[in-house]
Amino acid sequence: MKILTCPLNGPRNIAEFSYGGEVTAMPDPNGCSDAEWADHLMMADNTAGIVREWWCHIASAYWFIAERNTVTDEIIRTYPASEVFKQRIDFDAPDGGGGR
Amino acid sequence: MPFGLLKYGLSRRYPVERQLPPRPDLKPSYDVVIIGGGGHGLAAAYYLSRYHGITDVAVLDKGYLGGGNTARNTAIIRSNYLTPEGVAFYDESLRLFRGLSHELDFNILYSERGHLTLAHTDAAIRTSRWRAEVNTHLGVESRLVFPEEIARIEPTLNLSRATRYPVLGALYHVPGAVARHDAVAWGYAIRAAERGVELHPKTEVTAIEQTGGRVSAVVTDRGRIRCGAVIQAVAGMSSVVAKMAGFRLPIRSIPLQACVSQPLKPFLNTIVVSGSLHIYVSQSSRGELVMGSASDPYPLYSSRSSLEFAEGLMAHILELFPFLGEVKLMRQWAGVTDMTPDFAPVMGLSPLAGYYLDAGWGTWGFKATPACGLNMAALVATGEVPDRIAPFTLDRFADLRLLGEKGAASVGH
Repeated sequence: MKILTCPLNGPRNIAEFSYGGEVTAMPDPNGCSDAEWADHLMMADNTAGIVREWWCHIASAYWFIAERNTVTDEIIRTYPASEVFKQRIDFDAPDGGGGR
Repeated sequence: MPFGLLKYGLSRRYPVERQLPPRPDLKPSYDVVIIGGGGHGLAAAYYLSRYHGITDVAVLDKGYLGGGNTARNTAIIRSNYLTPEGVAFYDESLRLFRGLSHELDFNILYSERGHLTLAHTDAAIRTSRWRAEVNTHLGVESRLVFPEEIARIEPTLNLSRATRYPVLGALYHVPGAVARHDAVAWGYAIRAAERGVELHPKTEVTAIEQTGGRVSAVVTDRGRIRCGAVIQAVAGMSSVVAKMAGFRLPIRSIPLQACVSQPLKPFLNTIVVSGSLHIYVSQSSRGELVMGSASDPYPLYSSRSSLEFAEGLMAHILELFPFLGEVKLMRQWAGVTDMTPDFAPVMGLSPLAGYYLDAGWGTWGFKATPACGLNMAALVATGEVPDRIAPFTLDRFADLRLLGEKGAASVGH
């Protein structure tokens, strides 16, 4: 059994968690080009080494960030997303929310 | 004869037949450099030398030939995919596999078994019917079968209704086959080398140089080589090598685990797959059960295997074949796969001119070996993307023209 330490629930079996992808900077959805948005959706650094990743504790639906070595599977550190994301992101479309 | 054998055994010099030439020194320049000496790279080298007269080719591999995912897959060949593009591509591959022992004059132990994809839910029946219709339309023999017929095709399969997930039906793909995966790589390597292709195992690429937007040289731990064209065929490490060439890919490297049991007398006729139970199993010509499961739940560049995998797999295998309860596992392993967002491969041009991509081989690479090699060779020789692989372009991710193959490419959905 591999243990992942959830910042909210403490050390738990990694089977209780879901992997959510690399932490990447999101381009401004209202200002970026289609190509930039497609790149953000599809492409990945897929780094062999230490990567910052999203993880979710499924039972409590709690999302957080883990730093993990993708070659050795060693988990270096886990912490709440609020350490990285200080500001709320609003998804208002330019026309005021997409209507309908 | 016993005396001859004794003499051979006591001899100090064994007359070993050497099929592959010893590794030569690297030349300063080649027309084509192929990074990756697995089935795909060796197939491309063979077709370049055999059908396009291009023999100034070097195949480089960090390890030994055919030692990566070519040696780690479960050797299943089928063309019962979901998208018309996928079905046409994998069916070309299946047809090439059928004639491959003859083409290479090297026995790849190709064996047609039939392929059953079990459906345990109404949704799975619907997907099976969809696949059967697409396949039939494109001339591929697949049809929906129900428990009465499944019992005739695979008599030892547990079709009891008193299980957690009773079998409601199956997609029966008659031409489904297995082959000796190592022999595919060896056959291509031997015949390519006979035509002058140089094989360079234990040669690691450390950098890729470009001039004016075009690839110009490949730097290895044995020296720098100039080249006119490069094929990257390193599934599992695609993102790492593409980074040297200066671009990113829509790929996550995720381990796929597999295992074999001790050898048993032949009892399993077909290749049995279950998407709901996340398993697949076939019986090798040695009698071992070759078994696999869904991809690992998160990315990792490691071929370690886990107890969780073996436990999860066995629970479901025993549901389908309860009499295997006393059978022992012999080996388990993993291979690192290139998972793409749409479960289809990436073949063709790259952002770097003269640098060709053979990547995105998640859990569907071995069965594509001949068709991929044939089309990649045609691409490099003519400079034009063959129609067969045009839909698999890297550009589809920017244009959002994905080839949704998830329902047919894996057991992990």
